Amino acid sequence: MREIDVSHIIDTVERLCMQANYELNSDIMHALEEGINREGSDTGRRVLSELVENARIAARERIAICQDTGMAVVFIELGQDVHIKGGSLRDAVNEGVRRGYEKGFLRKSVVSDPFERVNTEDNTPAVIHYDIVEGDRIRVTVAPKGFGSENMSGLRMLKPSDGIEGVKAFILETVDKAGPNPCPPVVVGVGIGGTMEKAALLSKKALLRPVDRRNEDERISRLEEEMKELINGLGIGPAGLGGRLTALAVNMEVFPTHIAGLPVAVNISCHVTRHAEAVI
Amino acid sequence: MDKTISINAPLRNDMVRQLKSGDHVEINGVVYAVRDAAHKRLIEMLDKGEELPFDIKDQIIYYVGPCPARPGHVIGSAGPTTSGRMDVYTPRLIELGLAGMIGKGLRSDEVVEAMRKFGAVYFGAVGGAGALLSKCIVSEEIAAFPELGPEALRKLVVRNFPAVVIIDSEGRDLYSSGRRRFQHVFAQNRKM
Repeated sequence: MREIDVSHIIDTVERLCMQANYELNSDIMHALEEGINREGSDTGRRVLSELVENARIAARERIAICQDTGMAVVFIELGQDVHIKGGSLRDAVNEGVRRGYEKGFLRKSVVSDPFERVNTEDNTPAVIHYDIVEGDRIRVTVAPKGFGSENMSGLRMLKPSDGIEGVKAFILETVDKAGPNPCPPVVVGVGIGGTMEKAALLSKKALLRPVDRRNEDERISRLEEEMKELINGLGIGPAGLGGRLTALAVNMEVFPTHIAGLPVAVNISCHVTRHAEAVI
Repeated sequence: MDKTISINAPLRNDMVRQLKSGDHVEINGVVYAVRDAAHKRLIEMLDKGEELPFDIKDQIIYYVGPCPARPGHVIGSAGPTTSGRMDVYTPRLIELGLAGMIGKGLRSDEVVEAMRKFGAVYFGAVGGAGALLSKCIVSEEIAAFPELGPEALRKLVVRNFPAVVIIDSEGRDLYSSGRRRFQHVFAQNRKM
């Protein structure tokens, strides 16, 4: 049994909130830079160059890449041989978010109630997903999610007879309807199988995978490539102004499901697609 | 590369009518930062017959909720938010003289109809370029509703703020025309 004090968790979450919001991940940066060479639209190339420049300014000045610094989605993989002392894990994560957003000059975008809509003024609570795993460490991933893209996401309970063609049609339809709204070029996270909430969670987790890494299952990896081609044929382009680069990647995760169902969730994420992780 | 047109805010109606979908512009002058919660307040004030906190005639509204400023900075990251959420409020503001909107994303038919009828233009700024765009904002002050925090109504002064005319006062839309040039895959939009 290894003991970990909550102060370590607070410090880690605080740091990751800032890192995720200031530093564009290198896989995305490369994809944007490559996109400049391949984009067929002048305006599209201009937009991609501005996004690269924007990311450089943000990293240099330690300011947010985008003003929508998101609702903090935090994934905790807790080793079963860890004992947390000094307080509750949930409180520690929220304290880390509170400090990270306050000290980091990040926007507080959370309201206390969906109807009353009063700002909590510290960006808490975070949305926390816990997973108990083997070992004596804690892996913390902070993935702040902006709502321009979150609002364009969708889930559909398909029938088994809809099959792979039904899944492809739903993904394409979701990205098509989103059009310019989610700040393309986007990353498309797809969760297929499980139950309704499992598919949604898989689609969110899919966004944590770098855009240059395909699913290890070759069948799924081919489907990811095929969907990316199709999406880029929609013509939406950088900032939605028309062009070839609409999706930087399609990341899919699959899970066993029920004899009667084929759940599909599509979580659209903007070209910033923030996530930062650390192991304690 | 298309030439860039320099425009001044507030925006006079004759200028509104000259701008065409696809024009690249740089905006100079005063714009008001107003997003969801502040729009709701403005409409509530109009419903009660109260005077708005600023004269909306010929003004440009920027749909933005900026990050707090680091010491020594004018403002934090300040890119556009999705405009469509404001659609339900917008036609009424256009009818009162609102001349321009800066945001990103699709607008409703009702908004476009009001833009044609009364003369207004919809500019797109690059979503997710908030750090870069913040450099074009030279002053910021809270003009109303400070209790709304990031959604407070702000008076901003912008200099050479880059944007593209998405929808012009005749209803032409760059999102559709830009897309048509590159689209060769079509989604089947199915009913549930």
